Amino acid sequence: MKPVLETHDLTVIYSRKPVLYGVDLTVHAGSIVGLLGPNGAGKSTFIKACMGLIPLESGWVELFGQRGRKAIRRAGYVPQRESVDWDFPVNALDVVLMGRYGKLGLFRRPGKADREMAMDCLRMVNMEAYADRQIAALSGGQQQRIFLARALAQETDLYFLDEPFVGVDAATEAAIITILRKMRDQGKTLIVVHHDLTTAAQYFDQLVLLNMRVIASGPTQEVFTEENLHRAYGGRLTLLTQAASERIQQRSS
Amino acid sequence: MSARLEIPAFDWLRVVVEPWALYPETTIWIVLMGWLVSLVCGAVGLFLILRRMAMTGDAISHSVLPGLVLAFLWTASRATLPMMLGALIAGVLSVILIEWIHRSSRVKPDAAMGIVFSLFFAVGVILVTAYADHIDLDADCVLYGEIAYVPLEPMWALAGIELGPAPVMRMAMVGLIVAGLGFLFFKELITTSFDPVLAASLGLSPKAFHYGLMIVLSVVIVSSFEAVGAILVVAMLIFPGATALLLTHRLRLALALLPMIAALHSLLGYHLAVWFDVTVAGSMAVAAGGLLAIAWAVYCIWARVARSSH
Repeated sequence: MKPVLETHDLTVIYSRKPVLYGVDLTVHAGSIVGLLGPNGAGKSTFIKACMGLIPLESGWVELFGQRGRKAIRRAGYVPQRESVDWDFPVNALDVVLMGRYGKLGLFRRPGKADREMAMDCLRMVNMEAYADRQIAALSGGQQQRIFLARALAQETDLYFLDEPFVGVDAATEAAIITILRKMRDQGKTLIVVHHDLTTAAQYFDQLVLLNMRVIASGPTQEVFTEENLHRAYGGRLTLLTQAASERIQQRSS
Repeated sequence: MSARLEIPAFDWLRVVVEPWALYPETTIWIVLMGWLVSLVCGAVGLFLILRRMAMTGDAISHSVLPGLVLAFLWTASRATLPMMLGALIAGVLSVILIEWIHRSSRVKPDAAMGIVFSLFFAVGVILVTAYADHIDLDADCVLYGEIAYVPLEPMWALAGIELGPAPVMRMAMVGLIVAGLGFLFFKELITTSFDPVLAASLGLSPKAFHYGLMIVLSVVIVSSFEAVGAILVVAMLIFPGATALLLTHRLRLALALLPMIAALHSLLGYHLAVWFDVTVAGSMAVAAGGLLAIAWAVYCIWARVARSSH
């Protein structure tokens, strides 16, 4: 079976500085993959490069064994929540409907079937009661769920999620991971940019440690070792593990 | 001789009744033109506001000037199509130049905008003043417009029936085209405005819609020139949308409010101009400002009531 995502020698350069350098990665269907690495490691850049949103210096990306725009349309993208203006005058259902527009094509307006499908997606993230609510009136966690519902409305088999757990409360975080697992059980593949080491081992089936290059990738138990983390995070890890253990203590108390 | 600021008495008969009773034809065309300008500019402006590009409207309205004048000199006539085309090219060129400058240098986007539009405008002003003696293109008219002359323009006729003065008919046509495009591309417009990155990943090409919007904006600005000029067109681009968005947080409702807001701009502005015997375009902009202040007050009271009811 062809891998869902394969990159070879993927290199991205921003104003003469390499952000990603020779990234080789293969991801197979039906797993939740965590993309971990320190700030500025190129995690967001990597998924943007996979979605064809930024030019590559060299290398290639294959989705479902194919390259180019057609292949990219088979993947869904959930940007960081902060990347949009939540004061925009639309309601939750309008945002979820945007997920349908890739399939609709020019000149076609969303019909009744699209609306019903979008409502189903809202139901899946427990937000159906908020369909008419203006997005400015939603909490951070609810906004993230709307983004997830919009991704569901795209009906693709591969999703890239950029920091879906940032700025959401613990209840929403648990709800989101439940939805992601449900999606995985339906055979979908989820590639999730994440930065919280305390939850990484628990959330993801596979991990990719990234810091400009791939430091390690594979099943979580194999990758999530102190040595690998050290190589990815460098000297900053001691601070991080300290902060992490403090947070674990806070949670258990 | 010293100038004294004198407020003329508000004479109901002179200010409100007489324009409609004594010279209805003139009044109707001026008010209709004002309504169309505020409505069409307002609709395009609403999307500029949502895309945080309000000042791009300002930049383009200034940048089209050299294109307008060059087309005029080239064809030695005030034919609309070449002038529209010249303005369009200058407008889009300025947008491309702004993006190129801030991408290829350390100049930030807002500074790049300031550089390009003031330079284009300066060239336009030089061209107008250099050839003003030989040609029939008035600098004042280009800068401030003169909506009061609109009824004097030649009438468009269809099968012998007079439809209306050329600028009003042109504006109405541009309005219909803008409405049609807005209807056809509504989903693309809101998606590329709200989340350009998602739009790109869906294959909706935010870039194409960006330039499409800039082209529409240039056309709308040029059609409004005769009425409100290069400087006040910005008021018509921003005030209607800003007022509507203060009154509601629903995009469709905000769009539906625009015709009413535009009507108030035009009527209040026109009668204000009659009252003080001043420029209509200026009065319309002032009326628009007053209306925005009222909408703001309503918004503040609304927010307070909503808070206390919780």
